[in-house]
Amino acid sequence: MASESIAAPVRPVQYLQAQLRWQWGEIAFWLATLLPFVVAPSYLVLASQIAITALFALSLDLILGFSGIVSLGHAAYFGVGAYTAGLISAKLGFGEPLTGLLAAAVAAGIFGYLTSFIIARFRHLALIMITLGIGLVLQEAFNTAGFITGGFDGLQGIHTWPIFGKFHFDLYGYTAYAYSLAALFVIFLVARRIIHSPFGLALRGIRENNSRMPAIGAPTRTHIRTIYTIAAIIAGVAGAILAETTETVSLEALGFQRSADVLVMLILGGTGRLYGGLIGAAVYMVARDQFSGLNPQYWYFWIGLLLIAVVMALPNGILGGLAHFARRMQAKP
Amino acid sequence: MQKLLYGLAGLALGLFGASAVHAEDAVKVCLIISYSGQFADTGNQMDHGVTLYMKQHGDTVAGKKIVLIRKDNGGIAPDVAKRLAQECIVRDGADILAGFELTPNALAVGDVSAEAKKFMVVMNAATSIITTKSPYMARTSSTTPQLNFTLGQWAAKNGIKKIYTMVSDYGPGIDAETWFQTGFKEGGGEIVGSVRFPVANPDFSAFIQAAKDKNPDGIYIWIPGGAQPLAVGKALAERGIDPKKTKILGQDALGFESALQGMGDTALGIITVANYDYNHDSAMNKAFVKAYNDEFKRNPDIFSIGGYDGTHLIYEALKKTGGKTDGESLINAAKGMTWESPRGPFLIDPETRDIVQTVYIRKVEKVGNELRNVEIDKVPAVKDPAKARMTH
Amino acid sequence: MHPVFGVLFDGLAYGMLLFLMSVGLSVTLGMMNFVNLAHCSFAMLGGYVAITLMNAFGWPFLATLPAAFVAAAAASVVLERIFFRRFYRASDLEQCLLTIGIVFVSIAIAAYIYGTDQQPMQPPVYLRGSINFFGLDLAVYRLFLIAVALVITAALMVTVETTRFGAQVRAAVNNQRMARGLGINVDGLFAVTFALGSGLAGLGGALAIAMLGLDPQFALTYLIYVLIVVSVGGLGSIFGSFAAAMLLGISDIAGKYYVPAIGAFLIYLVMIVLLMWRPTGLFGRR
Repeated sequence: MASESIAAPVRPVQYLQAQLRWQWGEIAFWLATLLPFVVAPSYLVLASQIAITALFALSLDLILGFSGIVSLGHAAYFGVGAYTAGLISAKLGFGEPLTGLLAAAVAAGIFGYLTSFIIARFRHLALIMITLGIGLVLQEAFNTAGFITGGFDGLQGIHTWPIFGKFHFDLYGYTAYAYSLAALFVIFLVARRIIHSPFGLALRGIRENNSRMPAIGAPTRTHIRTIYTIAAIIAGVAGAILAETTETVSLEALGFQRSADVLVMLILGGTGRLYGGLIGAAVYMVARDQFSGLNPQYWYFWIGLLLIAVVMALPNGILGGLAHFARRMQAKP
Repeated sequence: MQKLLYGLAGLALGLFGASAVHAEDAVKVCLIISYSGQFADTGNQMDHGVTLYMKQHGDTVAGKKIVLIRKDNGGIAPDVAKRLAQECIVRDGADILAGFELTPNALAVGDVSAEAKKFMVVMNAATSIITTKSPYMARTSSTTPQLNFTLGQWAAKNGIKKIYTMVSDYGPGIDAETWFQTGFKEGGGEIVGSVRFPVANPDFSAFIQAAKDKNPDGIYIWIPGGAQPLAVGKALAERGIDPKKTKILGQDALGFESALQGMGDTALGIITVANYDYNHDSAMNKAFVKAYNDEFKRNPDIFSIGGYDGTHLIYEALKKTGGKTDGESLINAAKGMTWESPRGPFLIDPETRDIVQTVYIRKVEKVGNELRNVEIDKVPAVKDPAKARMTH
Repeated sequence: MHPVFGVLFDGLAYGMLLFLMSVGLSVTLGMMNFVNLAHCSFAMLGGYVAITLMNAFGWPFLATLPAAFVAAAAASVVLERIFFRRFYRASDLEQCLLTIGIVFVSIAIAAYIYGTDQQPMQPPVYLRGSINFFGLDLAVYRLFLIAVALVITAALMVTVETTRFGAQVRAAVNNQRMARGLGINVDGLFAVTFALGSGLAGLGGALAIAMLGLDPQFALTYLIYVLIVVSVGGLGSIFGSFAAAMLLGISDIAGKYYVPAIGAFLIYLVMIVLLMWRPTGLFGRR
């Protein structure tokens, strides 16, 4: 988020180090995420689901916002992670949450790595439709294996053990929110580090001009496969947290609706800005919750209007609009 | 200025105090229903059933006011359902959880009902195991085995020897297939073939043709409501299957009003099993249908009656407990409760807390100028066979 | 004749319907690269207009078809003026967000006016039933559908290949910048093409009611199939959409008949394989 002056040339290392310094806005944001504990304790369950969705949106940002890979099937990895954690608890009786996360990360990562070979070879509409197709095929496959996965009815029998043996998942959602927020923060730090690194710069180069990158020696296909696998792992972890905190998983975790929703949230917040997914998820889910509370039958009318309004007033999403506004304020003498 | 502030503060306190006192005298019922998305229609009908009952019987029971809190589940979303139930209890102070057209949502909320010890009334979701999830849960709709096992046995007893089954490839469809086949085979029938079609299938032509190739006496079809019954009807007509010769059997959705209107005369002869139809010939039902039409300009269906009877259960249970709203009292009051509903006799099984009711076999016939489901047979006091077999 | 031919015939009719609903999107996406996810909302609008005219005003079915076309085209002109025009230069993602917002609003409006249940519709008597052709039962309505689609396809191909307007459209799809450079009013052309495409979608929607039903979710349910047809066929190619729709309709049906176990995903697998083989679609630009 730092702006460079054209006058003095900047060395790459300095640039990256400048990016890595914590801005006061970021610190304020993370402090604000602690507010629900104090100010709105009856909203903690919603807050934990926002945190999970934010993590999922973050993973999509890594491939979409930073690398230019548009995916309409990202929920596939979310679902793989959710079912892995769920099945370990329901079928093997092992409900330890952190082990579940690890297993989910591995499973989603493997699946992401395998599919990345296909993904890396395509762009534009073909890529979008292929990712959509993979998601739909996977959902059907999980449905066919309904005797294991429980199909649309959902996997029954998930029981998550208390974290570290002490923190039990309660009705109010204190543990759920603390757990999902902690995971979000830790993974965010990792993502931040990845983005503000030479690898991250290469990704942005790929996004901007895919054909030119090999000319300067960047192995585009390998880079895309790497970031795609990382994004799949993160999505899988998000899915696992959902399975563990709600103790249910059903096929809609893999579905098109989920992939489309997270894409909308990311665009709303602003792509390629790390915080875009988090803000977008928070705004969209809070808006949806409030609108559907006020008007259960037609809330999507208001959400539709919100989306139209945001895209017309704030190009590049909410954060894009804020950045634009900030630049104009700075430009004023 | 200061006086104004004190005045406002006093007013606020007064209102707060009044509402706090008022809250003591209210029973909050959380309705978790899909008001949006592809199941919105069933959700709306269920909501209408609830609203009509409350309009007819007032909103005060045992000295307390019934307050409805509506939450939109938006379709199949068990994690959302669970969150809505949790929020209802924690944030809104709900005493009773009700609604649930869909099994995954009902199953998820069952956990919440068990943990928070809240009375829960399932008004539609039909999978057998749902009521086992919480000891405070009762159901007022039907179960898939209850309807389909009965149909299977009836078919075997009524001269249908060979049947080809086709169902939607997800929970309720597979459930229906299992229980229909069990009932039919136990009655001496033979299943000549079966297929499961994808959930969002728009075109049934291929499947119907494959069924026709096997030359069965009857074809059993299970599909959810919405656009599919219509598409099935079209496919049957186009592939040249005459329901009067090859018996077409199915569950309620196949006989839904919108489906019959779309299918036209090609629907004549379709046999369905259901726990309720607006054509049921009883004085109570006629009055119910008229009131429903006056209020909502359409006919009630199985979702409406589930909502209507579910509300009745809540009211009667509250009357019996004298207004006590804890889960234990309410479920004990609900167990064994029996009454005459617009659908027929109704009993909440004291052991399983599930519904025991008369199951009707109907055939599509022309009454005057319209196509209606006419009752041709009925089986009284049917318990859920799935749970009965689990315990024995 | 083997019954599978009857089934394939049904698949053909289904494919034709998909073609009608998709051709507009293919051309506008190919010409202006404008991602219009609200395309099926126009189809839905056409459907609801047809139903209202038939049920509330007693119009004969055939008369409602041009009305559906005109209504959808008119709606698209209005939306294009107010919203879409500003987003031609915007990114794909912004266009996505805008049009998804419009979809949501359209679904809510449809649910509010017409309710959430299925719209009952019976085609007129002369379009019901089936005729027997060499032992096969061919549904009259499906024959009608195929006939209408063939006529429209022919009209489109003739327009594109022989008229000046068609030549301009082809030029704009092929290379927009050059076309502008030659003095072709690409923006105006786009407005007309957009209206035409949306009108066709509306027509498709009206024709679809008797086969697929109509409820407020229509705008989203069929979007996936339309996207599959458009991507497999190739952007900007009318013939491509036609071929893709046929291919998908038939492989879907044949798959369900011969291998029902994978019937659900066959259509997606076919799409994935075809796109991997030809990423720009069967007849798309290289």
